[in-house]
Amino acid sequence: MTPELLIFLALAIIAVAAAAGLLFSRNTVYCALFLIINFTSVGVIYLIMGAPFIALAQTAVYAGAIMVLFLFVIMLLGVEKLDRTEPLRWQRPLAVILAAAIILEGGYVLLTRVGLGPLTLPMNATLSDPKTIGMALFTRFSLPFEITSVILLVAAIGAVVLTRVKPAQKEE
Amino acid sequence: MFPILFPLSLAFILFGMGVVGFMIRKNAIVIFMSLELMFNAANIVFITFANYFQNVDGHVFVVFVMVTAAAEVAVGLALIVSIFRSRQTIDIDQIKSLKG
Repeated sequence: MTPELLIFLALAIIAVAAAAGLLFSRNTVYCALFLIINFTSVGVIYLIMGAPFIALAQTAVYAGAIMVLFLFVIMLLGVEKLDRTEPLRWQRPLAVILAAAIILEGGYVLLTRVGLGPLTLPMNATLSDPKTIGMALFTRFSLPFEITSVILLVAAIGAVVLTRVKPAQKEE
Repeated sequence: MFPILFPLSLAFILFGMGVVGFMIRKNAIVIFMSLELMFNAANIVFITFANYFQNVDGHVFVVFVMVTAAAEVAVGLALIVSIFRSRQTIDIDQIKSLKG
């Protein structure tokens, strides 16, 4: 029971509790805040597993930009609460059964193929610093990098086009 | 340090909870948030194996996943805003017809 395992278990419990809060909260703003807690605790898990750049990128991009965008839209639309009508009664138990099937299958594969043998390795300073990631991004992964820049451009243009208000028709 | 079974099983649990949230919630924005939860679970698996195999490709893939998730959230929320403008609701049970 190494200290890293204890830290990881504490962070994992926080992440799972925040995800449960996201699932069962009736207020949409609370769901967004629970997801921010989840992202931040997973960011610290990245830090334990030797990925400092990704940990801070996760906090800055996911928790800092994407969730803020979610909160903007939630408050813009004013959709904090929903009523409790549920037309299809069998959907919720079926969803829980299917997700439990995914988790059990995953647990079975992990226990038989991976097991408790392989251990994570301590943080390597030269493996995950921004310089190494940058070198890999610009040399071996340069084509996907350019494609992601096009994806971002298309997303920005698409967001503007989709929310454009059409000019009112001037008919009589 | 600690067995990689633990981060991988955490990823599966978070993915399963994302799937449950995707299927049982009625608010379109909360469905989007469960999608982000599933992306996060995949990122945990990438980082775990990048650490185990001491390879930087896992980190690079996490960067790509984050970029794709950001672009998808931008477009998806723009779609939700325009749906709200035309139907005044984002309850997915009310968005039943394809008529714009």
